[in-house]
Amino acid sequence: MKKTIQTLFAALMVSAIMTSCEKKDPPSPDPVPEDGTGKVKLEFANKVGSSNLSLNDQSYVNEHGDTFKVSIFDYYITNVKLNGAKGTYTESESYHLIKQEDATSLSFDLSDVPYDTYTSVTLMIGVDSLRNVSGAQSGALDPAHGMFWTWSTGYIMVKMEGTSPQSGASNKGLIYHAAGFAGANATQRTVTLTFPTAITVSKSGDNHVHIDADVNAMFKSPNVIDFASHYTINSVGTNAKMLADNYANMLTVSYAGL
Amino acid sequence: MKKAIISGICILLPLVIWTAGCKKETIDPRTWEPVALNVPKGWPEPAYTFANNKLTWEGFTLGRKLFYDVRFSRDSTVSCGSCHQQFASFAHAGHDLSHGVDDRLGTRNSPSLANMAWHSSFFWDGGVNNLENQPINPIQNPLEMDLPITEAVNRIAADAVYKAHFKRAFGDETINSQRIFKAMAQFMGIMVSADSRYDKHERNETGGTFDTHEERGLTLFRQHCAACHKEPLFSDFSFRNNGLAPAIVMTDSGRARITGDMADMYKFKVPSLRNIAITQPYMHDGRVRTLEDAVEHYRTGVYATVTTDPLVKDGINLTDDDKKDIVAFLKTLTDSTFINNPLFAEPGQ
Repeated sequence: MKKTIQTLFAALMVSAIMTSCEKKDPPSPDPVPEDGTGKVKLEFANKVGSSNLSLNDQSYVNEHGDTFKVSIFDYYITNVKLNGAKGTYTESESYHLIKQEDATSLSFDLSDVPYDTYTSVTLMIGVDSLRNVSGAQSGALDPAHGMFWTWSTGYIMVKMEGTSPQSGASNKGLIYHAAGFAGANATQRTVTLTFPTAITVSKSGDNHVHIDADVNAMFKSPNVIDFASHYTINSVGTNAKMLADNYANMLTVSYAGL
Repeated sequence: MKKAIISGICILLPLVIWTAGCKKETIDPRTWEPVALNVPKGWPEPAYTFANNKLTWEGFTLGRKLFYDVRFSRDSTVSCGSCHQQFASFAHAGHDLSHGVDDRLGTRNSPSLANMAWHSSFFWDGGVNNLENQPINPIQNPLEMDLPITEAVNRIAADAVYKAHFKRAFGDETINSQRIFKAMAQFMGIMVSADSRYDKHERNETGGTFDTHEERGLTLFRQHCAACHKEPLFSDFSFRNNGLAPAIVMTDSGRARITGDMADMYKFKVPSLRNIAITQPYMHDGRVRTLEDAVEHYRTGVYATVTTDPLVKDGINLTDDDKKDIVAFLKTLTDSTFINNPLFAEPGQ
C-alpha cells in the first residue's frame, strides 16, 4: 500500500513537472511573432528567353532575329528593399555585383529581415548617383571588378559582351556597357518585382527568392535593338538610355517561398 | 649564468639588428609633421574636404610614396611624378604631350597639380568627378601607365614595406584600391600653391611689390582674362572652347566625349594659371610653346566654330604693350615656396 502511494506520488510529481514545462513553452499559435529577424536569400538565374545562359558556347536569337553568343553578362543589383505588411526592410550597404562567370556572385543573403509578410522586392539595376560621385569605393564597388569607367567617372550598370554574325563590327563583336548616372543620362533603373506568392519571414526557416534575368530583354522592349546597327554601346546618351529602358524589364521573380 | 647571458645576446642581437633593418625601410626618414589642408584667406571652400578620408601624416606620406612609385606602370618605368614634376608645379616640363610606357605618346598636355582640392572635376575634359578617382585613369590608360588596377594592387600588396605603411595609415594591413586612392588623395589634396609674388602683393606683404608693367598687366588681366581665369584660383573650372583650331588628325572632341552633347564639342576645362610661367607648353594639347604665344592666340589666333566661347570669339583687343604687361603679370604667379616644399618632394631612397 505504502508502495502504491509512493508510486502514485512520484507519478503525480512527474506529470506536474511535465505540465508545468509544457506551460512554460506553449506552441505559438501565431506564425508571425512580433519580434525577430530571418534570412531571405536572393538567387539570380541568368537566362536568354527561356534557356539558361551559358557563356561562349550557346547560340541564341534576339527579338530582331539576330543570332548571338554571350561572353560576359554582369550587372549591379543595389538598394534592395522588401515591401512588407508592417513596413519596408532596407538592406544596409546594399551593393551587389552579379557576374555570370562567378557562381558565388549569383546569390546573396538579406540576413536581418524583420518577421513580416512581404509581397515584393524593390531594387536598383545599377549604382545610385551618390556612389558615383563619392570617390574611391570598396567591395562590390571596387573598380578592380572592371565595372568602372576610369576616363569618365562612373559605374557600368550592366555589361554584356558577345559575338554575332549580324554584328556591324569588323570582328563581329558585341559590346554593351551601359553607364551614365546623372540627370537625363542616368542608366540606373529602380524596379519593383512582385512575388508570385507572398513570403512570410518567421522562425520557420530561410526564404528564397528566385529572380530570372533575361539577356534578351536588353534588346527587346520598348526598344528593339538589331546588332547590325547597334553593336557597340559604350558612352553616355541616347543609346545607353535605350538599353536601360530595356533592361528595366529584364528581371522577373520565378519563385518566392521557403 | 654567463652562458645564459651569451645565449640571450645571441638571440637578442640579431633581433635588434633585424628590427633596426626593418625600421630603416618602413619609417619615413623625415619626422612627423602636422598635415592639414590650409584654406588661404579669401579663397572659396575646397571641393575636396577630406570628410571621408581622414588626413594624417601616415596617410599623406603613404600617398607620397605611392605617387612616386614606378610600379604603377606596366614595365615599372613611369610614376605619377614622371609627368608631374614638382619643379614644374607638377606639370611635365617641356612636353607638349607626355610619353607613357614604351614611349607611347598621350593625346593631352599634362596639367599642373597645384590646388587640386579646389577642382570640382579632373582632366581636360572633366571626366573624373572626385580627386580619389583621378589616379586610376593614368594607371590603366594604355598610353600612360598601362597597368590594370588589379595588378597594381597586387604589386603593392606583395610588398612588406607597404603593408607596414598601410597599417600605420589605416589601422590594418589591408591593401585595396580604395585605400591606395585615398592615400594618394591625401598627398595631392594638400598641394596648395598660394605664396607667389601675386599672393604677397594681394596680402600687402614684403616681397609682393609689382613694377609698373606687372601692375598694368594685372589690371589688363582682370579686364580681359579673369572672367574665365577667375582669381584667386585663376580658373572658374568651367568648360569652354577657347578658339583653338581643331586638329586635322586625331581631333579631340573634349568635353563632348564625356557629356555626349554636341554643344560641348572642343570645350576643355579652363586651366588654372597659377605657376603658368613654369608649366609650358600650353593648351590641352601643348601646341603653344610660350606665354607670349598663348596671349597672342587670344589676340589674333582664335578660330571660330559653333561652340567657340563668346568671350574670345572675336579675339581680345590688346596692343603689343598690353601683351607684354600681361605676360609680365603672369610671371608673378610662380610660387617658389610650393615648388621647393620638401613635403611634396620624392622621399629619399
